[in-house]
Amino acid sequence: MSDPLVKVRDLKIGATVYPPGEKPHDIEIVHGVSFDLEKGKVLGLIGESGAGKSTIGLASMAYGRGGVKITGGEVWINGRDILKSSFKDIRALRGGEVTYVSQSAAASFNPAKKIMEQVTEAAIEQGKFSKKDAEARARALFAKLGLPDPDNIGERYPHQVSGGQLQRCMTALALCPEPDLVVFDEPTTALDVTTQIDVLKAIKEAIRDTGVAALYITHDLAVVAQVSDDIMVLRHGDMVEYGDVNQIINAPQEDYTKALVSVRSIEHEEKAPTGEPVLSVRNITARYKGTKFDVLHNVNADLYPGQTLAVVGESGSGKSTLARVITGLLPPREGEIEFAGRILSPDLASRTRDDLRELQMIYQMADVAMNPRQTVGTIIGRPLEFYFGMKGAEKRTRIIELLDEIELGEGFIDRYPAELSGGQKQRVCIARALAAKPKMIICDEVTSALDPLVADGILKLLLNLQKIENVAYLFITHDLATVRAISDNIAVMYQGRVQRYGSKSEVLSPPFDDYTDLLLGSVPEMRLGWLEEVIANRRMESAGN
Amino acid sequence: MRIPVAAAIGMFFTALYFLAAIFAPLLAPYGYDEVVSSGFWDPPSAEFLLGTDGIGRDLLSRMIYGGQTTIFVATAATILSFTTGSVLGFLAAVAGGWVDQLLSRFVDLLMSIPSLIFALVVLSVMPVTLPVLILVMGLLDSTRVFRLSRAVAVDIEVMDYVEAARLRGEKTAWIIFREILPNALSPLVAEMGLRFIFMVLFVSTLSFLGLGIQPPQADWGGIVKENAEGIVYGAPAALMPAFAIATLAISVNLVADWILNRTTSLKGGRG
Repeated sequence: MSDPLVKVRDLKIGATVYPPGEKPHDIEIVHGVSFDLEKGKVLGLIGESGAGKSTIGLASMAYGRGGVKITGGEVWINGRDILKSSFKDIRALRGGEVTYVSQSAAASFNPAKKIMEQVTEAAIEQGKFSKKDAEARARALFAKLGLPDPDNIGERYPHQVSGGQLQRCMTALALCPEPDLVVFDEPTTALDVTTQIDVLKAIKEAIRDTGVAALYITHDLAVVAQVSDDIMVLRHGDMVEYGDVNQIINAPQEDYTKALVSVRSIEHEEKAPTGEPVLSVRNITARYKGTKFDVLHNVNADLYPGQTLAVVGESGSGKSTLARVITGLLPPREGEIEFAGRILSPDLASRTRDDLRELQMIYQMADVAMNPRQTVGTIIGRPLEFYFGMKGAEKRTRIIELLDEIELGEGFIDRYPAELSGGQKQRVCIARALAAKPKMIICDEVTSALDPLVADGILKLLLNLQKIENVAYLFITHDLATVRAISDNIAVMYQGRVQRYGSKSEVLSPPFDDYTDLLLGSVPEMRLGWLEEVIANRRMESAGN
Repeated sequence: MRIPVAAAIGMFFTALYFLAAIFAPLLAPYGYDEVVSSGFWDPPSAEFLLGTDGIGRDLLSRMIYGGQTTIFVATAATILSFTTGSVLGFLAAVAGGWVDQLLSRFVDLLMSIPSLIFALVVLSVMPVTLPVLILVMGLLDSTRVFRLSRAVAVDIEVMDYVEAARLRGEKTAWIIFREILPNALSPLVAEMGLRFIFMVLFVSTLSFLGLGIQPPQADWGGIVKENAEGIVYGAPAALMPAFAIATLAISVNLVADWILNRTTSLKGGRG
């Protein structure tokens, strides 16, 4: 049997860490990972942040990000161990035999150069193609990746194409030098679901047609199930499970893989509206200062006590703007907001202290939602002091109560935010909101920055707290799985308008309007062949029209 | 906690200068205005460790007293410039709108005039006393602190934790002193070292030009002025203050660097 294209044996990767107050020391972040990859196959690397998946991806180009060193093992590509290669050989390898597609195309392209120049650069530099051939090849790839106007799109600058298009340009960049292996590092994570599906389709077809091998790195198992032949599940730098895609998705062996497969399967019975709504948004139209167009058009929605209204939409749909209007950060041009039976002043400065107390907010990035120079005790204690005048032992008792409610406990009271994990940070933010004894909490993408299992924990906690405290949530998200897990009512937003509004069962069952149909159909499902089905359906629909 | 060698050296010399300034009357062998020798520009001897100046006063004593005046004026002016500059800078960032516009344009106006010339004009119409000197220097320099604090605060101001504080209903004072200041401290402390040295140079320049500290009171700029002619005769008395200013500048900056490094550690500055 001939050697596989890529053969990784017992790969060990270390990094230097600089814990404050201690001497810098080396730790191992990948503990001996091995895999094979044949030509034309795709291996999905999946795991949470810190699992070492990107590090392994970069190691296949013999590269380690700042402070990261490959400490042991072998990486064989095309029959030679690249970890023992000279710098000159590695130069020929990178951008020639092995290429890389990063998560943020917007941050990876040079804004001052045209797309064509950047897409063809590696192919020309490596001497694989002449300028003319490389450009012809790039145009063919643009067409294959479904980019509009493939003959001329290369003449544009990166900011002149959309995010999804730029991500596809980056795939063209990676495929242009005819590499043997492409490393895709979370190529669709930063995209909206409806865009993600186009990029996924383009990547999958390009891999199939060009016959390259690919490493596909992502944290989303449903995505990797659509494009990979084999999947390796990683956790804390260790291999958890490694097998073909069918086995991993349909018959996972390890508990961790099982948990990943069944993530977002929280069952939540929707509640019927009861009593008077705690929040009524009426005919809200709003625009940002100094702009000439409205970002919200005549938005209406109700939220009932102890229930959850999910506001769903892609980036730019106006869902976060709605939150700013409700909190008073952006006074609307028209319309009014009724909250707990009273009309809220449109402007934050003229709201009463009770208005502020009863309407709390939790943010997407828990990192920047907490002052890094305050301890958890100060962060949670401030609302107690501010709204209820609590001091000393009374305050401390209540802080500990709240810490218990968010399942952290007293030991966290003197910690600083930097000493918490992502999930713990978000929990502290929840406790800060609860400390004010609010009637309603606005949750702005609170689980989007978290790993799936951690996000699940946060959602369960929020549901549980809702039962205990009878607090209403206005839950802003782009993730439909989260919506299913938590909502009672849903408002689908598109371009500043509420496109569809009603109870969860109404909104999520047909007949759909065009946009909701597209949105619902674009959420990757945890089963094989989903992508093909969606693509086939769309083709039929467009043929039918 | 380990202190790096450079910082330790910096701290040692900074402390030395400040202690010499505080305990000047105890340390100086003679009075600052005491003519102790019939000669002038005497070379260093056991009696006069650094020699004497142009009219026969002990140079070491004048250097020590001069350090006291210079360091006192510079410290007071730095404190003044940092309090005014940072509070107004934070206020401009937090309040925004017309408050920001008004303060920023006024600062632009002040900065468009070279501060030395501005100071010379003001000091030539006002009585040259220590409080006036400190006030003029401090206020002129606060424009720079204002710019820095505003820039730093504008970045912090858009953080979600500041928005959370606003939504809680916190007053501007809380936002400035509890949310922004602790996070803006490290660049400000580093800048403080630099500004202090500029103040030392500024007051020395003014004195050299005759509009700063008035004789017979000693200060480093004044000592340069009094002894400038001596250079021609090979008397190095005028170079002493220059040496003192240089060593003080380096020491203070070594300390400031270390503080900056320490407070920007990953743990939100507790390390």
